[in-house]
Amino acid sequence: MTSRFTRRGLLKTGTAFTASGLALPTIFTSRASAFTNEPTGSSVVLGFNVPQTGAYADEGADELRAFELAVEHLNGEGDGGMLSTFSSDALGGDGILGKRVDFVTGDTQTKSDAARASAQSMIQKDGAIMISGGSSSGVAVAVQGLCQEAGVIFMAGLTHSNDTTGKDRKANGFRHFFNAYMSAQAMAPVLSSLYGDDRRAYHLTADYTWGWTQEESIAAATEALGWETVEKVRTPLGAGDFSSYIAPVLNSGADVLVLNHYGGDMVNSLTQAVQFGLKDRQANGKDFQIVVPLYSELMARGAGSAIAGIPGSQNWDWKLEDAGTQAFVQSFGQKYGFPPSQAAHTCYAQTLLYADAVARAGSFDPCAVVEALEDYDFDGLGNGPTTYRGADHQCFKDVVVVQGAEDPQDEFHLVDIVEVTPVDQVTYPPDHPMFAGGSLGECNPGA
Amino acid sequence: MTDATQTAFPAQTPRAEAARDAQGRRDRMLLLIVALLALAAPILLNPFPTASALAQFNAGYPDLMQRFAIYGILAIGFNILFGLTGYLSFGHAAFLGVGSYSAVWMFKLLSMNVIPAILLATVIGGLFALVIGFVSLRRSGIYFSILTLAFAQMCYNLAYSVLTPISNGETGLQLSLSDPRVLDGPSSGSLPVTSLFGAEMREAATITLGGWSWTFSVGYYVCAALLLLAFWLSIRIFRSPFGLMLRAVKSNQNRMAYTGLSARPYTLAAFVISGMYAGLAGGLLASMDPLAGADRMQWTASGEVVLMTILGGAGTLLGPVLGAGVIKYFENIFSKINDAILHQWVAVLPDGLEDAVVAVIHPFVGKGWHLTLGLIFMAVVIFLPGGLVEGARRAGAVVRRRDRNAPSVESDAAARRAAAE
Repeated sequence: MTSRFTRRGLLKTGTAFTASGLALPTIFTSRASAFTNEPTGSSVVLGFNVPQTGAYADEGADELRAFELAVEHLNGEGDGGMLSTFSSDALGGDGILGKRVDFVTGDTQTKSDAARASAQSMIQKDGAIMISGGSSSGVAVAVQGLCQEAGVIFMAGLTHSNDTTGKDRKANGFRHFFNAYMSAQAMAPVLSSLYGDDRRAYHLTADYTWGWTQEESIAAATEALGWETVEKVRTPLGAGDFSSYIAPVLNSGADVLVLNHYGGDMVNSLTQAVQFGLKDRQANGKDFQIVVPLYSELMARGAGSAIAGIPGSQNWDWKLEDAGTQAFVQSFGQKYGFPPSQAAHTCYAQTLLYADAVARAGSFDPCAVVEALEDYDFDGLGNGPTTYRGADHQCFKDVVVVQGAEDPQDEFHLVDIVEVTPVDQVTYPPDHPMFAGGSLGECNPGA
Repeated sequence: MTDATQTAFPAQTPRAEAARDAQGRRDRMLLLIVALLALAAPILLNPFPTASALAQFNAGYPDLMQRFAIYGILAIGFNILFGLTGYLSFGHAAFLGVGSYSAVWMFKLLSMNVIPAILLATVIGGLFALVIGFVSLRRSGIYFSILTLAFAQMCYNLAYSVLTPISNGETGLQLSLSDPRVLDGPSSGSLPVTSLFGAEMREAATITLGGWSWTFSVGYYVCAALLLLAFWLSIRIFRSPFGLMLRAVKSNQNRMAYTGLSARPYTLAAFVISGMYAGLAGGLLASMDPLAGADRMQWTASGEVVLMTILGGAGTLLGPVLGAGVIKYFENIFSKINDAILHQWVAVLPDGLEDAVVAVIHPFVGKGWHLTLGLIFMAVVIFLPGGLVEGARRAGAVVRRRDRNAPSVESDAAARRAAAE
């Protein structure tokens, strides 16, 4: 059999292959549209990429509900939600630039790879012009990078790591959600008034990028108050059992435990810390306290009564009293029968912000949208006056500090708002050391 | 379609020689068919006009086709180990992962050309396999599987947290503007894209014909070419004396030892080869989309390769590629069918019935794609133990006439007589 494959024959085919390979690029020169997925028909497609399976499936489901609601409102169906309170009136309920809004959905599985595959299929197959959603920073950064390369806009969903608009910021990506630094800055004055300025903190931190930025931010903010950091301990992601990490806290001389955990880790570590009796302990002559820098309603539900009295920060809470929040909670509640989570809120706001930017720019061209969003001031989307900073594409707005309710009336009133920290308190320069090392690059319209 | 039961004994008699010739012809035919399918995939995978409701099921867009080819390569490599020697590795995702990381590092440090990246990925995949295989192959059966699984999880956890300076942890390793890229020089403005001597991987031409639209991309054809190369190599390994030794390991290792042969060098070689295949696949993944994340090494990713191989047919040549295609198809196409689309499909039905039909289908599509895949997997394992390939063969046998084999008997007889004269 081998005799059929002569060296001469192989060389000939090899040359032919190489020749055709080199000739290939010249064929691929057809470029019809001005930018990737330019909408030509009567509708425009948005891609909503959320975790539908895996650890954050609950948050993903809530995000999807918010997206559907936003699309309804953009198309002039339903009660219009926050469109009526939004400071810009470029959107008239007739879709975007007169084109009806359609959407496609995908499953990120909370894995960078799967999320990119799903986003890629939305861009290549369904012709999506904007991708939004997601419930973890790893996925947000990965999909943001993809959108930058493909030349579409990425409106990040729930992502809290400093890196999304810091080290890994991209010109085509925008984040409405707050970040770890803002959490820490917002928490600091509240912690000071609740627990004083003479505290010794012990950190338990999820051992990955988000955990580290969270730990770095909160440690810096509390040390500025005069707190002392006793120990920073890293716990493996998804550890399940934290007892071996909590036991040493008892004799460490610390009087505050900071849990830099999220999702299932936070539910487990907080529950176990409470079971160890930390909340009822005395240390250094003070009551022992537990702090969870990033809160979420879904996690609060998981932790149950353990969250009573525990302070944390949120991007938004449905119990805020401004007109935007009320309009949104009203229309979300009417459609689904329960109040929205902060993940849902940020996704809804992002969709409206994108649509509004397109309408104001008068074009779907990503570069025009980027220009319209940069340094854009708006109000009425539930967070008070907000700015989309042009230097790093991060939204600057007030941060909500909450505390677990002592005696919740139902499963939707698990946290009480303690304070709304004003935006000035959480603002930082774009080249702050915790955000340094990245650059936006140029906006990429693709095609 | 050929399979593991056909063995090529050392040819002495003309009859065996004739059989070997026939097998060679069949292999070449198979390679040719696979080549044609790969070449025409952008057309074949887009059978429905773009505007039709069924366009949802089209799979002919570059990213998915590239995944078909890349995971095909991974499964072919896995099959060389599992299909031939019977050693079930539960850690192949580790090699895929390190392949991706080394490729991305190549893009960051050396050049955006995919050739060095793919080469390094293959070599690093092989080296990792050598180290892990050297330790794990001291045991067999379930102990071997657990050892490889442990190593892969170790790699995953290291990449996720401890080795963040190299792997960039949870976020995954990506290109950045400040990378040195010694051969290309530093880049400014936007990120550079991967290319093959100037032909960008994402470069594509779209041909619209009637209602159909076909996208031919450079990236896919690079993957397809390497898939063919990988497939051809795997045929050669299956038919070689080395492949025969691997089958001997599977059928009875003790007997092999009693005849004075040590199985370890053969199994280690097979392990390294399949590790190199996985490294190549990882490098290709990064070449098509320059990102390497730790979750590529998670145990679920290792399990996926096993599913692909078993679903398609372990020990067959074409099976693993088919299995990889089916799984990736479900992951990317079925997961995107949401309720809005379902309602659109059954809109002709009266309202009450429409909701009922949607409610019935709902658990199986969208986020329920795992469920559908699981059911299919169970059905295949129960009713078609030989995988999809066996299904195809059974279907073929029903269609084909029963006395199909008669001519070959005659030709054998003719060959024997010719030899006697």
